[in-house]
Amino acid sequence: MPTKPELLDVRDLKVHFPLRGGVFDRLAGRDAGSVKAVDGVSFTLNAGEVLGVVGESGSGKTTLGRAIVGMAPVTGGTMRFEGDDLVSLRGNERRAARRRLQMVFQDPHASLNPSMDMLTAIGHPLRIHGVTKDEAEIKHRVSETLERVGLSPVERFLYKFPADLSGGQKQRAVIARAIILGPALLVADEPVSMLDMSVRAKILQLMIDLRDDLDLAYVYITHDLASAKFFCDRIAIMYLGRIVEIGPPSQIYDDPRHPYTRALLEAIPDPGVRREVPRDLPRGEVPDAAAPPLGCSFHPRCPHAFAPCGWESRDLRTLLDDRWAGQAEEVFERERGLLGDLTVLDRPATRATIPAGRGHNGDDVNELLERVRASDPAEPFWRGVERIDVRSSEAEVGFRTGVDPELVRSGEAEVACHLYDEYAPLAAD
Amino acid sequence: MSVSDLRITAPGSDTVLSVRDLKVWYGTPRGAVRAVDGVSFDLRRGETLGLVGESGCGKSTLGRGVLGLLPTAAKTAGSVVFEGQELVGASIRDLRRLRGPSLGLIFQEPMTRLNPLLRISEHFDETLRTHETSLSKAQRRRRSLDALGSVGIPPTRFDNYPHEFSGGMRQRIMIALVLVLNPAMVVADEPTTALDVLVEAQILRILADIKSSYDTAILLITHNLGIVAEACDRVAVMYAGKIVEQGDAAEVFQGPQHPYTAELLRSTISLSTTELHSIPGAPPDLVDPPPGCRFHPRCPSAMKVCAERVPLTVGSELGHDVACWLRVPDHLIGVGGTVPLERQEIARADEA
Amino acid sequence: MPRSWEGTTSNSATPPVPAERTGPLRTLRRSLAPVREARGLPKWTLYVGIAIVVVFVVMAVFAPWISPYHFDQYQSSSGARFPKTGHPSGAHPLGTNILDFDVLSHIIYGSRTALEVIVLAVVFSLVIGVPLGLYSGYFGGWLDRILVLVMDAMFAFPSLLLAILVAVYLGGKFTWLGPGFGGVMSAALSITVIYVPQYFRVIRNSVISVREEPFVEAAQVLGAKPRTVIGRYVFGNVVQNVPVIATLNAADALLTLAGLGFLGYGVQPTQAAEWGYDLQRALGEVSGGVWWTSVYPGLAIVLLVTGLTLVGESLNDLVNPTLRRRRLLPVTIADTAEEEGGHVGV
Repeated sequence: MPTKPELLDVRDLKVHFPLRGGVFDRLAGRDAGSVKAVDGVSFTLNAGEVLGVVGESGSGKTTLGRAIVGMAPVTGGTMRFEGDDLVSLRGNERRAARRRLQMVFQDPHASLNPSMDMLTAIGHPLRIHGVTKDEAEIKHRVSETLERVGLSPVERFLYKFPADLSGGQKQRAVIARAIILGPALLVADEPVSMLDMSVRAKILQLMIDLRDDLDLAYVYITHDLASAKFFCDRIAIMYLGRIVEIGPPSQIYDDPRHPYTRALLEAIPDPGVRREVPRDLPRGEVPDAAAPPLGCSFHPRCPHAFAPCGWESRDLRTLLDDRWAGQAEEVFERERGLLGDLTVLDRPATRATIPAGRGHNGDDVNELLERVRASDPAEPFWRGVERIDVRSSEAEVGFRTGVDPELVRSGEAEVACHLYDEYAPLAAD
Repeated sequence: MSVSDLRITAPGSDTVLSVRDLKVWYGTPRGAVRAVDGVSFDLRRGETLGLVGESGCGKSTLGRGVLGLLPTAAKTAGSVVFEGQELVGASIRDLRRLRGPSLGLIFQEPMTRLNPLLRISEHFDETLRTHETSLSKAQRRRRSLDALGSVGIPPTRFDNYPHEFSGGMRQRIMIALVLVLNPAMVVADEPTTALDVLVEAQILRILADIKSSYDTAILLITHNLGIVAEACDRVAVMYAGKIVEQGDAAEVFQGPQHPYTAELLRSTISLSTTELHSIPGAPPDLVDPPPGCRFHPRCPSAMKVCAERVPLTVGSELGHDVACWLRVPDHLIGVGGTVPLERQEIARADEA
Repeated sequence: MPRSWEGTTSNSATPPVPAERTGPLRTLRRSLAPVREARGLPKWTLYVGIAIVVVFVVMAVFAPWISPYHFDQYQSSSGARFPKTGHPSGAHPLGTNILDFDVLSHIIYGSRTALEVIVLAVVFSLVIGVPLGLYSGYFGGWLDRILVLVMDAMFAFPSLLLAILVAVYLGGKFTWLGPGFGGVMSAALSITVIYVPQYFRVIRNSVISVREEPFVEAAQVLGAKPRTVIGRYVFGNVVQNVPVIATLNAADALLTLAGLGFLGYGVQPTQAAEWGYDLQRALGEVSGGVWWTSVYPGLAIVLLVTGLTLVGESLNDLVNPTLRRRRLLPVTIADTAEEEGGHVGV
């Protein structure tokens, strides 16, 4: 494929939302920290190319899309779009750039103004950007665009209100409104996820046709790797604000590298294949972005995590909780009694001090930890434990300090995982 | 071979729920909406039945109709027998007594069903106190912790408030709150739609586990065929208020007999899909559904008879039922009925 | 049934809107749709309310033709002085009051004063409250905080006292508008002050929820300026609240006007007929068995307030989606004999 001109170049993009701390924090001038919704994302996109951004909720994929169209406050990095840095554009220049940069939203039912008919709604961008004010010209352009997105015969749709349209028809209208100004890039945030199965393919096909006919580029944001497969030239897998793997579909689907990518692929329910739910499903859920895990963000859920991945105190708490879930009540009460206040583990640290419970000592704590280890020695957690120091009234678990993985090339893709960088030899142990 | 008005299967002793010719209609200014229009199925102990269909096909109405949770203006006819008791026409008090201890319901959005001011322990205590009055406080606590443990919630979180849990955890808690009463049947209405794929897979695994450990019958309502394939023993495919095909999930998905099932499977986008496919047209208006087979305007293999007569249901020994003229022996159709239906081009305007 | 079923969609039941019906007329028709579709109790209360209000509007507009005398007329055209607190009679169907004025004429002219003040007060409150609410709700920030603070302070202040303070301050400031209208104007403005915070609050709160709607975001992504977004996307979706508060406030405004008049801070008796003032003057006579000077103005106030409240409350029922329950009609399940269906065992 001949290389097309570069359209969008995102470098080290950051969107951090400051957290509002409690009253006392604010009075004391303490920084309450921030949520790193997007934390150093880089990619380039050529004209007519489709980048799939895939991740769970809380991965920052939607914030990334909103940042590209200027709807989220960028706190760092650059975004060059057709030569202009979108981050530094202000006011009218920024509005002008929007002509070439449009967005399609997830909920077609809510993204059209209920009090505007199709002619007004789809023709409004022409007025906003002063392309034309001539009624006949607007009607002509709107009709053309309606035809283009498959809402024909046009006369039946020009004067309809959103309430009169089906979900798929609304999404077509939203796409029509987005393309009427002739954009070069569409950011599509889950454009089919709220539509019925039988309609999704139609909208995806429409988007593919528009790419082919108008040389449109897309940033296709989705949680669904299956639909991205048909549509994307490149796929970026996001987790907690970062890209953990980015590459061509051939590798992402056939030879995924990052354990998270593999998990996502395995979890997609498939009516064609009868199989049991995968047994090595990642545990837990996407953690709170305000207090992300140390080291690699995915390590607490990762079945392949090992020493350098960033094990810490909170993982110990989770380990104990998981052990006690479903345990007989007496066992739980007995084991819980050996330990003191466990909330000390909730503060992220690479040294976790567990106080002994009333009437017990550090040896009891250590003994329990060893029992937990013996019950499942393969548990990745233990690979991060360097030592356990037993003191009179407590035991301290020391973890190996984690390293945040950087994107490194692996095959045709780039992946941020210690299984593929210089730490890889440690994984073999 | 015989044609009967309605198949009468003597419900076996392990049949928990037996629905016969159930109709649920809503009155609107435009006329009656036939949301559910003559549906029959059985649900056995320890079995999961997946109810699939597009939005507006009546699957949620059916789920609610079974539980007697419909608005009073909805008219219900037919028969719903739950553990020997007829629910159609049962009093609101009787239904309320059944709900909880015998009939559980898992909703799509768990947060809205948990009281934000009550601890998880209080939710369980309240539920058990209402329905199992004989239990002591310690027994209630033990039962609750057992139920929570079976869905993977540790006892250390027993006294937390709902907002301290993630979405997936809340759904687990909701499931445990239903299970703690040991219901014979649970209706799960899109229980994973609001969740991420990985969490969805976790919840599906939990549903599979409880089916075996609690021997509960589950009616799983979903629009996702993949979920049915992974979590259900049997599947019922609904279209425009009717069940068009039902049978063993693996069998139906491997060899769909009804063109709608086949088309729906083809248009589902999964990793094994090789080309995009969609069903032309849109589901019909249930005020004035097409005559004959309701799918015939969109059906790729519609015949003349399909537009004229409601299809007979063809059943196999294994309980694989299909309501489609294509599967009915020719001599029952009549002369000329099998001629392919001539149709106009479906206007693009009606493409959804 | 020879009808073709090809391409039937769920929306084909509503006939396509003819292309020529466009413009504001159609928008009005659309926004009135819930009123036209009204059924049952809200419909009847709405109609009764409208009927009452219309009666008063007719009286107000045609006062000079309907009324037997002018409101400040105390003698007949022949020069004969009216009786003081005269019993209802042929010449004075509702009697005369302590100032020798004809009660019926005062009722009729009083409706004119009342409606003038109400309309002016509602218009002023709208013109001030709605834009402030739109701005404050859409942009937020420090100006929003200050406005909310000021409006809440005004809201917390006893409303009648506030109106009196403003009325005293404005007293005689509008004499240049003519003797009759000046008083009406200052009464309207003192009432306006009470109601601006209400419009502000309602509009601001609904703007805040509409602001988060994806279609507002969509407009921002399209590159629309804030003015356009507010005007074309936000305003149209919050304005449906206005008729409801306007009619409810109108009822309240009438009571405030009567209250001001009663206390002597309203429209001066020389400028126009005003029910509240008439009531106050009638108080002294009640013990003497002169009931007609107080009952009729009181009845007028009660009737008009009731009418406006009925309109407002029924509009609220009809327009407010949270109050409007989806109405389901009774249905009978037809015996679908023509449907055969059935089961074939294989």
